[in-house]
Amino acid sequence: MLNLELASSAEATSGAGFNARRAAMVVLGLIVVGLPFGLSGFRVFQLSQVIIYAIALLGLNLLTGFNGQISLGHGAFFAIGGYSMAILSAKFGVSYWFAIPVAGFLCFGAGFLFGFPALRLGGLYLALATFALALAVPQLLKFKPFDPWTGGVQGLLLSKPAAPLGLPLTRDQWLYFLCLLGAALLFWFSSNLVKSRIGRAMIAIRDHPIAAETMGVDLALVKTTTFGLSAAYVGVAGALSGLTVGFVNPDSFGLFLSLSIVVGIVVGGLGSIWGMVVGALFIEFVPNYADQISDVLGEGAKALPWAIYGVLLILIMYAAPEGAAGAGRSLARHGRRFLPRRESPSRGT
Amino acid sequence: MAAPWRGPGANDVSSAAALLSVADLSIRFGGVVALDGVSFEVAAGKICGLIGPNGAGKTTLFNCLSRLYNPQRGEIRFDGRSLNGVARRRIAELGVGRTFQNLALFGTMTVLENVMIGTHAIAAGGFIVNGIGLPFARHQERIIRERALALLEEFSLVDVAKARASDLPFGTRKRVELARALALEPKLLLLDEPAAGLSHEEVDALRAEIQAIRDRRGVTILLVEHHMNLVMRISDQVVALDFGRVIADGSPAEVRANRDVIRAYLGEAA
Ligand SMILES: Nc1ncnc2c1ncn2[C@@H]1O[C@H](COP(=O)(O)OP(=O)(O)OP(=O)(O)O)[C@@H](O)[C@H]1O
Ligand SMILES: [Mg+2]
Repeated sequence: MLNLELASSAEATSGAGFNARRAAMVVLGLIVVGLPFGLSGFRVFQLSQVIIYAIALLGLNLLTGFNGQISLGHGAFFAIGGYSMAILSAKFGVSYWFAIPVAGFLCFGAGFLFGFPALRLGGLYLALATFALALAVPQLLKFKPFDPWTGGVQGLLLSKPAAPLGLPLTRDQWLYFLCLLGAALLFWFSSNLVKSRIGRAMIAIRDHPIAAETMGVDLALVKTTTFGLSAAYVGVAGALSGLTVGFVNPDSFGLFLSLSIVVGIVVGGLGSIWGMVVGALFIEFVPNYADQISDVLGEGAKALPWAIYGVLLILIMYAAPEGAAGAGRSLARHGRRFLPRRESPSRGT
Repeated sequence: MAAPWRGPGANDVSSAAALLSVADLSIRFGGVVALDGVSFEVAAGKICGLIGPNGAGKTTLFNCLSRLYNPQRGEIRFDGRSLNGVARRRIAELGVGRTFQNLALFGTMTVLENVMIGTHAIAAGGFIVNGIGLPFARHQERIIRERALALLEEFSLVDVAKARASDLPFGTRKRVELARALALEPKLLLLDEPAAGLSHEEVDALRAEIQAIRDRRGVTILLVEHHMNLVMRISDQVVALDFGRVIADGSPAEVRANRDVIRAYLGEAA
C-alpha cells in the first residue's frame, strides 16, 4: 500500500492568478444566478434546456471523451430518465426530489449492464450497438402492452412544480434553479473525478488499454462503471427535461437526440468539462438560428435549415477541430503571447 | 532531491533467496515456438541481463511475466507465489514494474500524469470517494503528486512535466516510462531494451541510472538488452536465450565465453 506520509508540506499554491480566477468565477456565478430575473419565461425555459443538455453532454463525454467508448445511443438513457420521472410522479405521486435521483440510479444500472457487452465491442461495433439502442427505445415506448405505464404514442403529462418554501419564483425560474443545482453537483463530481486516480485510469484506458492494465487498472470495472455513470448523468438530464417540459413522449427521445448529444460533445471538446456548456448552447440554439437564416433566404429554402446547420457544423469543426475547449486553450496561449508582460509598464493607448 | 526510498525488496532478510524463478516455461504461437522449456532464477537485489538474437523470445518472456501472454507449460514464481492464473492487473500490485520495447506511454496525458498513474496499483479509492473528493482521496493525491515530482527530478524530467507524452523525443519518453515503472516502488523491474535508440553518451548515463536504481532502492532488475557492453558491465548474472531456449546462464564472464552464445551471435551475423 501507498505510504501516506507527506515528506514536505509544500501546500497552498495560492497566488495572484488564482485570485483573479476566483473573482471571475464569482462574477460568472452571479450572472448565472441573476439571469432568470431579467428574461422572459420562454428564455428562462430555454436556458434550463441548455443546463439539461450540459449535464447530458458531460455524461456522454465521461464515456466517449475521457474513456474512449463511443455511444450513438445515449438518447435511450435520456428516455429512461424522463419516463422514470414521469411514471414515478404521474402514477405514484412521488416527489421530484426523490424521482430525479431514482432516475439517475435506474440509468446507472441500465448503463452498467450495457457496459458488459460493450467490453467486447470496440470502436465502430460499439457505435453500431448503441445506435441500435437509440433506434429501439422510442419504439419500445410506443409498444401497446406498455401503454398503461408509458401512455403510448401520446406519452405522459407532468405538472411543473411550483417553488418550495414560498420562494417568490415563477415555475420556470424555479425549474431553472433546480436544473442549476443538479448541474452544479454533477459538474463538481466530474471535475473531482477526472483529476483523480480514477480519471487517470479512464484516460489511460482510452490511450493504451494494455499499458493501463499493466499499471494495475481494472479495465472491466472502470469501463462498466464509467458506462453506468455516464448513463446516470444522461438519466438525470432526462428526468429534469421531463419536469421542465411538462411531458414526455417517445418521439422526443429518438435518434436525433442521441446524435445531438454526440454533436454537442464534439463541439464542446472531447475530454473537456466546461466545454460542455458551449456544446449545450450550440445544440439548443443553433438549430433555431439555422431556421431563422433559412427564413431570411426566402420561400424556396424550406428544406434548408438542416443544410445550414450542417454547414455551420463543418465550419466550426474546421475553425476549432478540438472543439470549444481546444479553441479556448489556444486562445489562452496566443493571448498570453500578445498581452503585455506583467513587469512591462505599458499603460495608455 | 531524490527521496531515499527503500523498496520492499531492500528490506528482505533472505536476500540470497530467489525473488524470481522461471521453470520449464513454454509458449508457442501457431508454428513458432517462442519459449521452449525456459528455466532460471534471479536472486533478490541482483541485476540479471537477458540477451539473445532477435526473435529469441526475450520480450515474450516479459509478456508472460506481465501475464499479457499465458504460457502453455511451466510456471513463474515471484516473491514466493506462483503467477499462473493471477489476473493481469494484479501483477503491478505484487511489485512488478516494467517498460516496453516499443514504448507504451499514455500519449495524451502529461509526463507528470504518466508517472502519477504508475502508483495506481498501490493507491486506493474508487469512483465515489474520488468524485466527492473525500479528504482521504485529496491527501493521497498530494502524496502521489509529490512522489511523481521526486521521480521527475531524479530522471531530469521536471522541464517537461506538463508536456504531452506523445510530443516528446524517443529518448525522453523512455525515461518517462522508467520513472512510471518506478512509481509503484516495485520489487522487480523489467526493462525491455532501455538503451535502444540512445546515443553513446546516453547509454553511459543510462548505465549509471540503472545501477543507481538498484543501489538506492534494492530493486531486482531483469534487463533485456542488445547493447552487450552495457549488459556485461552492469549485470550480476546473464541469461542467454536462442530460439526460445536458455543456452547459457551464469556470470557475465562465463556467458561471454560460452561456445553456444558465441555461435548464436556469430551465426546470426553470418
Ligand atoms: N503475439 C505473438 N503472436 C505471434 N508470434 C509472436 C507473438 N509474440 C512473439 N511472437 C514470436 O515469438 C518469437 C519471439 O519473439 P520476441 O518478441 O519475444 O523476441 P525478442 O527476443 O524480444 O526479439 P527482439 O530482440 O527482436 O525484440 C518471434 O518469432 C515472434 O515472431
Ligand atoms: Mg523484444
